[in-house]
Amino acid sequence: MASSGSSAPGNGARRPRAAGRAIYGGLPEAGPPGFAPRLLELADELRREGLAVGTSELLDAFHALEELSWTDQEDFREALAATLAKSQEDRRVFEIVFDRFFFRAVEREAVERGLTEERYGGGDRLDLEDLRERIREAVRHGSDGEMRDMARLAIAAFGRQGEGSGVIGVDVQRIRRALELKGEAAGRELPDPDSVPQDRLREFERHLRRELERALIERTQSLPPAKPLRELDRALPSGPLQDLAAVHRVVAQLKRRLATRGHEQGGRRRSAVVDIRRTMRASLETGGVPMRLRYRHRRPRRPELYILCDVSTSVTSASVFFLSVLHALHDSFRKLRSFVFVERISEVTDVFERERSFAAISHAIATDAGVADVSGYTDYGRVWLEFLGQVVDDLDPRSTVIVLGDARTNGREPHADAFARISERAGRTFWLNPEPRLYWNYGDSVIQAYEAYCDGVFECWTTKQLEVFVNALAGGRGIAPAPGRA
Amino acid sequence: MRDGLGAVGYLAGESTVLVSFLAARLGKPVLVEGPAGVGKTELAKALSRATERKLIRLQCYEGLDEAKALYEWNYRKQLLRIQAEAAGAGWEAVQEDIFGPEFLLSRPLLQAIEDESPVVLLIDEIDKTDQEFEAMLLEVLSDFQISIPELGVIEAQSRPLVLLTSNNTRELTEALKRRCLYLWLDYPDVERELEIVRLHAPELSETVARKLVEVVHMIRGLDLKKPPSIAESIDWARALLMLGADDIDASVFQRTMSIIVKHRTDLDVVAERVGVKLSDGVLGKLGTG
Repeated sequence: MASSGSSAPGNGARRPRAAGRAIYGGLPEAGPPGFAPRLLELADELRREGLAVGTSELLDAFHALEELSWTDQEDFREALAATLAKSQEDRRVFEIVFDRFFFRAVEREAVERGLTEERYGGGDRLDLEDLRERIREAVRHGSDGEMRDMARLAIAAFGRQGEGSGVIGVDVQRIRRALELKGEAAGRELPDPDSVPQDRLREFERHLRRELERALIERTQSLPPAKPLRELDRALPSGPLQDLAAVHRVVAQLKRRLATRGHEQGGRRRSAVVDIRRTMRASLETGGVPMRLRYRHRRPRRPELYILCDVSTSVTSASVFFLSVLHALHDSFRKLRSFVFVERISEVTDVFERERSFAAISHAIATDAGVADVSGYTDYGRVWLEFLGQVVDDLDPRSTVIVLGDARTNGREPHADAFARISERAGRTFWLNPEPRLYWNYGDSVIQAYEAYCDGVFECWTTKQLEVFVNALAGGRGIAPAPGRA
Repeated sequence: MRDGLGAVGYLAGESTVLVSFLAARLGKPVLVEGPAGVGKTELAKALSRATERKLIRLQCYEGLDEAKALYEWNYRKQLLRIQAEAAGAGWEAVQEDIFGPEFLLSRPLLQAIEDESPVVLLIDEIDKTDQEFEAMLLEVLSDFQISIPELGVIEAQSRPLVLLTSNNTRELTEALKRRCLYLWLDYPDVERELEIVRLHAPELSETVARKLVEVVHMIRGLDLKKPPSIAESIDWARALLMLGADDIDASVFQRTMSIIVKHRTDLDVVAERVGVKLSDGVLGKLGTG
């Protein structure tokens, strides 16, 4: 904003390229001096990483900083974080960008003013064994400052002054090996006495990386280009069970959506039946004049769910996700029947009712569901016919059928007419496909044949997409148009 | 701010103190997110005690609407009024009459705004409501006013300190986030949690308390469906007190771990991983070292 306001229009677009050219040949051009432009640059960098930093956020940040003594680094960072980063994911990205940004700003300043640091040069005379021990101690218990000092010492001792490999990551690992630092292996009962905690080791590596960068910048008198963050860095750590918990949360929403469907659609009034008794009773309040009509309660429909889940090899990666969806559904719905299929179909409702642990369920289904017949290839056509034969009499307009599968029939007859009969009998039919939309109808995928009979077809292999599906279910209010009914 | 919160029994972390301070100074609402049981609701209560303001709480739930959150017309009273005046007054007069403040039932949000002295407004578990409700909150949160079609705009007498909490079960809208400061409350580190536990269960000996907190932290490190919250470690401390336990060994842990772990699958994992370490005495050594 203000940083490009002084120069010609279009300059703002050219600047990043100018910075790119300067990789090792000087400094990227600096904006106007002062504090506000720096903050705008930081905001710009945050935006490039996908944070929604609007003008109102920036104004908040400035207001917040006015209230604080911004010479305190922690307060400064917290105030900016509270006003600019508004979710846990954003906060993580913010931390990384903030560190990088101010590191670069400080280094640029140092290069411009020609400041260099006295570095410890006498690496050869150090007792290496002693040094290793001291570093290990610092990594285990030392403060941030001690770790940084030790990182410098380590670079001085093992860093081959002035001629690293040129790739900082490689140098860091080389120094770590030279120091004989090992992270504790997870899950081992008795830790190796020489190893250090993983997170502390990572912290130490971060210091090494930073000090090496600093030395490189000083040597070459230039800043390396700012790279966008890698996905790995910005992702929050999570375990498989927490993923399972996330699925459960979304399914809980799904349950509410299914249960309350129809209430929001405004159709209630239209078909309401006046409850004479309660209306008369209420009219006593107004002197016998029936001012307010009382209506008969409509019983909310209890959704009956039929879930058909493909567990063949073509959807292996997705089937864990699907099974966890099934598992979560069984936790929330009483009237739910689930089926798995490959070549033929098999009802697994009782497996889910018997077992509560997810691991036990996947094991039971993998071993004795009896769904693979001979070839082990999915046969959707046959599945529909069997499903029709087994349960079609139970389907009624109140039931919802959800199919989880990729619609790859391996070249066999899709029997779309059978599927049509199912969707006709059921109130609603949805299809969740674990493949990206791009691959639909390529090869042996026949999703198109079924799409016409579904109330909605969705891509779905992450919890996010499952949420989209759940939102679309609320339907009728245009939150997400149901595709497939086009 | 920190001393104020400490004096009413809430040990706040650096960022919590700073954000609360900013919220009070800038008059902006704070969106507090974090895992269940890290003291989000408690923070609002502590703030109200520390600033000696009244706490007004709006508990959100699915299907909460403006009649429950903002205001509602008192139909019965209006009807009675109409009946009482039916004979004499003309329509105009009656209409003006029945849409006055007198016939308004104020709900938490309107109460918070109408109050003469500033209050602390807690909007709890905002993620439980629908997106439509969030949109309705925007006017209150950014301008501290409520428009009532029949009455006009009611402006705040004083700026309430607003806290919104969310358990992160769904993504809140950008519009809402834009109007708030953001605070992520996470589980505290060992030292702070130790302080908290000792504050709430002062009779528990230092060593037992430390061991308890270390065990809780270790359990949180496992991949569980529901990691134990601060409230649960306090409950556990109190339970140990009641049982008169002077050490946490494998058998005490076996008997009491249902207080902190509340899923069957989690129980198995925890019993296996933590039970072994306790019987080896690994933790005891850590506790003193």
